[in-house]
Order: sequence, then structure tokens, then C-alpha cells
Amino acid sequence: MNGAKIVLKTLVDQGVDIIFGYPGGATLPIYDELFKQNKLKHILVRHEQGAVHAAEGYARSSGKVGVVCVTSGPGATNCVTGLADAYMDSIPIICLTGQVPTKLIGNDAFQEADTTGITRPVTKHNYLVKNVKDLEKIIHEAFAVAKSGRPGPVLIDLPKDVLNEEYNKYKGKSKIKEINFKPTTNLDAGLTKKVIQLILKAKKPIFYCGGGVINSGVEASKILTKLINKTKFPCTNTLMGLGCFPAIDKQFIGMLGMHGTYEANLAMHDSDLIIAVGARFDDRVTGNLSKFSPYAKKIHIDIDPSSINKNVKVDIALIGDVKKIINSIYIELIKKKSLLKFNNIEKWWNQINTWKKKNCLGYKKINYPIKPQYAIQRLYELTKDKDCFITTGVGQHQMWAAQYYKFNKPNRWMTSGGLGTMGYGLPAAIGAQIANPNKLVVDVDGEASFLMTMQELSTICQYKLPVKIFIVNNRWMGMVRQWQELIHGGRYSESYTESLPDFVKLAESFGIIGLKAERSTEVDKVIKEMIKIKKPVLLDMVVDQKENCFPMIPSGAAHNEILLGPEDQTDETINEEGMVLV
Amino acid sequence: MSNQKKEKHTISVLVNDEPGALARVIGLFSGRGYNIDSLTVAPVNLSKKHSRIIIVTSGTKIIIEQIIHSLERLIQVKKVIDLTSSNSTNERELALVKIIPKTNKVNLLKKTVKKYKAKLIFNNSRKYAFEITNSPSIINSFIIELNKIGTIDVSRTGLIAILKE
Repeated sequence: MNGAKIVLKTLVDQGVDIIFGYPGGATLPIYDELFKQNKLKHILVRHEQGAVHAAEGYARSSGKVGVVCVTSGPGATNCVTGLADAYMDSIPIICLTGQVPTKLIGNDAFQEADTTGITRPVTKHNYLVKNVKDLEKIIHEAFAVAKSGRPGPVLIDLPKDVLNEEYNKYKGKSKIKEINFKPTTNLDAGLTKKVIQLILKAKKPIFYCGGGVINSGVEASKILTKLINKTKFPCTNTLMGLGCFPAIDKQFIGMLGMHGTYEANLAMHDSDLIIAVGARFDDRVTGNLSKFSPYAKKIHIDIDPSSINKNVKVDIALIGDVKKIINSIYIELIKKKSLLKFNNIEKWWNQINTWKKKNCLGYKKINYPIKPQYAIQRLYELTKDKDCFITTGVGQHQMWAAQYYKFNKPNRWMTSGGLGTMGYGLPAAIGAQIANPNKLVVDVDGEASFLMTMQELSTICQYKLPVKIFIVNNRWMGMVRQWQELIHGGRYSESYTESLPDFVKLAESFGIIGLKAERSTEVDKVIKEMIKIKKPVLLDMVVDQKENCFPMIPSGAAHNEILLGPEDQTDETINEEGMVLV
Repeated sequence: MSNQKKEKHTISVLVNDEPGALARVIGLFSGRGYNIDSLTVAPVNLSKKHSRIIIVTSGTKIIIEQIIHSLERLIQVKKVIDLTSSNSTNERELALVKIIPKTNKVNLLKKTVKKYKAKLIFNNSRKYAFEITNSPSIINSFIIELNKIGTIDVSRTGLIAILKE
């Protein structure tokens, strides 16, 4: 058995059945073995970045590890963006890269790159396999590293001679040991009691939940929902956390942060107890750190000790798996039945309901042009019974999708949160569709984001994936334009998406059905048609070019300095301190 | 949080002696713009293939806490100890100093060397080389004094320390 065969057998032992990849010189031995077997299905992407995003979409929508296989040199460097994306959003990915033969490493050989060197800062861990006898062990270890603790991408660099070398001591499935890397927890009865005390005493509490809940598994979301329902506390989710607590629950007060709801941000600002669950106090969430939630005691539940006190100093840190910690708090809390009256927070809910009356997500609906918010709202209304999976690119459309699409289950929302990778949506939708073949998968994309990875239309066509591409087309890099409007005196430097293709014809050239809408009256009709067609569809939703994304906390501002609409914009909207921030 | 006082900390990092381990540890500092004032690395357990990296860095209390947690997160890192905040020995360092003394200062050189308890390890007509093991600050003053005596060349190991328990 050669190294390449060991690679594939080990993947099968790990339960892998799908690989996203692109062949090349250094990985030819792997592709030759792939040809000879039928347990692993390979999805041929059209660019290696697409392979990683597809694997991310697969992982996030299924809870499994996504696997990528690319060649050396450019194959590996093209993966860097995807790996950085997975690293920021804590997505478990195994990336197999080909490498030139060990003898040639460092010789500037054809298609050589220092892959482990280049990817070190964007992977949780990486390996250069120098000896075929280490191969099986390293691959198993890599899966354990990718899955355990705070998940992340792991890269394995495979020199071609190692892939070709014969080795007959393959151990097989029975020898896999469950390895849990660096399990850290400080969960104890004393800490749980302190948390319960704070919960019972709080008058203005809020749950602030993030992607960590989703990474902890479907069960974690269920227990969290039970806990929050039990406490009757309001809940806000981060961009990454959408779906971990049902958006239709009346305790849900919307997403928080830069484009979060008025009520969520004001509640964070005024609260006296923040319970952060699997969230990391990201700058998009906190706004100006010195003005962040000045009155609140903070409880932080996270699996990653280095996330504690990183941006915000907290009062109690509970380190460990969200599911376990939430469960122990829940069990402790229901014991305290007699104490649970919650008269405490009635006033708080009255206050929140007053904020809600601002109707911060309101907009003026007109027939022409279509308001982007309306397009997404209708998409939600017409797909809400279909257990739909949504992916996005990055920009205004992404924020509108987060604001107007209501996610009620985890693993239904795939977006590039940390890195903010334009072009994420289309390949991620491919991955999500492959993981969920009979489900409705919609890529809510911007026209500019879409153009960055649109070569994957060819992949969609090849595998007959019924992905729906919902382009919110405002002909601008909308978020760039919005900032230029707010901060740079409306000097729209290079943010107009010039020379756009005819999207319908573009889709048709790939054998994909193209639809277009320009008036609000057409919106329902085209969305229904898009859903009805059991094939890939591209929908060009031509929307208002001038619409901006509100509410907005300008950079450098605090939660209570949120702008609700264009009427709040002034020349002094953003101070000098804010201008230097991203 | 950023206006807290900066302190110097010596951190001991026990790692698996594998390719890339040192690069990951160092990359964590350079990637976040943390300074490394001194660095030593050497195998300490040959059978288990463990190496110890000792790093001197400075930062506020929160930054140091961050550095330690981030180091602990690395797969190849076995154990991280903040030697400055624990009960550890004084910091020691070894330096080799080569000197060509000015002809009229050979006697002063001998006196100085005796004062600092440095060991002669090499002598070739006009060239001398000494070995000194002491705290980094005493080594600094030794070097300053020798610099006045002649032309010098210095190699230092970087400082090390160990837990008392």
C-alpha cells in the first residue's frame, strides 16, 4: 500500500465520505487512488479557495469535519484565505496539500511553496509529513485537533515521495484512539453557585450568545433555549450565533453589534448582568470598549481560555464546553424553584419593549426600486417552512440577511463572520447543499461578492446541485460606499461595480436558470418560481442603489450612540478615534 | 486596560521537540506585535523529546495573561509557567566575552575578571576569552567594564531560570 492509499483509507476510517479538491502534479498519487475506489466522493471545485469555503459550508451545516485536497505551491497558497476564514470562525477543516518530494524541499522546485510556513498563523496546527510510517497517526491526530476544544483548520503537507512510498503496516480503524486535545475546564459547583446567585439577583440581565453554542452541537442550543426560557431573560445573538436561540421566540431581541437591533444594543449597554455564551466580545459587537456595558457584571462561558479577558474584563469565567456548562447551570437553577419569581425583570422587559417600539428595522417600502430589506424579508416569509440553509457573501446584503432572515435552528446560517471574506457565499452553499442534498440552500449574495468566486457556477452545474443564488444587486460595493458616505464625504472611490455582466445570461451559459426582478410587485413571483424549480437558479434581484444598512453603531461609538437611519447621520457622526478603526 | 503598567516577565514553555514548534511559539509573539527581549531553547528531556523555551517579554498584566493562554493553546506546548509570578530561582545567564585589551590595561583586565569571577577559557598572545555565569544585569556591567579595557566581542545565551518547587 502506498502513502496515497493510506491517506484515503485513513480518511474513510475517520468517517469521511466527501472531499472538496482540485488535482495537480504533487497530488497525482492521491487522485490515482481516488480513481480506484468508491468510498470517497470527490467534488471538483474550480478554484482552491472555493474548496475550503465549500468544506466550511459542509462542516457548518452538518457539524462534521470538512476535508480539502489541493496540490502544492499555488494550490496551497490559494487555500490561505479559506483557512484564515475557518480559523477566525472556528470551523473544523482538514486541508491536505501536496508538496514537492522531500529531497527537493527548499530547492525552489516547480510548484514549491513553504506551505507549513505560510499557513502557520492561519491554522490551528499544521504538519509536514516526512515519513510514510507517520502518515496514519498524523491524520488521526489532525482530526482530533481540528474537532477538539475550540475547533479550527488543520493542514497536512504531503510530499509526493511520501505519497508514493510503499508501507505495509497500516493499522486500520480499530487502532484509532479518541484523543481530546487540551481539554480545559474550570467547571465546579462553587462557580456554578456564584453564577446562580448573579442570575437570581439581576434586574437587567441579558444573554449574549455566539458561534460557540453552535460549535458545541445541536444539543447545546436546545439546553440553552431551555435555560433562557426558564430565566425569562432577553437574549441577543452575535452574527455567528444566529440560530442557536430561535429568532421567533419572544425573548429574542435580535442580533447585537454594529448592525444589530436598537433594543439589543441598548439592552447590552444598560444591562446589569451579561451572560456571554460562546461569544468572544468581538470589536463588531462591543463598539467602543471604554464605553461598553458600563454597569454590567459579566459572566463569560467559553471553551477557549485565551478568549477570556481578551477584550473585556469579566467577573466570572467558566471555561469548558458550552453544552456541559449550560446544562449544569440549568440543573442548578431548576433546583431553586422557589426563588424563581422574576418579578425582578418586569421593569426591564418594559424598558426593552419601549426600545422595540422604535421599530429599528423599519424601512419605506416602495414598488420601484425594490428595497433590499423587502427582498430578504419576502425570501424569509416564502421559505420559512422549508428548513432553509442560508449562506452569504460579505457586505450590506450579509447584514440585511442577518437582520431580516429569522433563524430558528443552529447550523442553518453560514456566513464569514470573523475574516469577512467576500465570495464566501457561493462555494459555502455548494458545501451546504452536498451535506444536505434534499434541503433548500440559498446563497444570499451581493453582486460584488458573487463575482469573486463565481467560477463555482461550473461546479454547481457539474454536480447538478439545486443551489439558489439570490443576488441582492445594488451595483455597488455597498458597505464600502456606505462608509465612504459616512466618513469620507461621499467620495465614492472605486466602490461602484462597473461593467457588471448580464447575470441571467451568465447563469444560462452555465446551464443554470436565470431570473430577474426589478419591481417589488415581481418579488414574490420570482422567489416562488426559484423555490419551485428543482435545479440551480440564479435570481438577479435588482435593488435600490442608495439604500444603506441601519441601525449602525459607527466605529468608535458606544452601543447607545447607535444610528437608526439616514436622518441620524451628521458630519460629526464619526470622530477621529473612530476613523482609524476598521 | 491599556494604560496599565508594563512589566517584564520570564516565561518557561515546555514543548514537544518537533519541527515547527519554535516557529509557532515565536510566531505567536511576532504576529501580535509582542516583543521578545530574550530567548533560549534547548532539549531538556531526551527520552520524551521535550525542549524548554525560555522567553523574556514585557507587557501589561492582561497582555501577559493573554500570552500565556495563547501559548497553552498551541498543540505542541506541554506546559507554560510564568516564572516571574511563581517561586523561581534568580535568573542566570552565561556569556562568553572575547577581548583584545589595550596594552596598558592588561592588569586592569585581570583585576576586573577576578572581581566578576569570570573564568579564562582561551588565551592566545593578545586575545583573551572569558566565561561568566551570573544575572543578566551583572553580566551587563561586566561587559561595560571590559568595553573600556579593550575591543570586545560578546556571545550570550539569553537568561534562564527554574522553579524552586
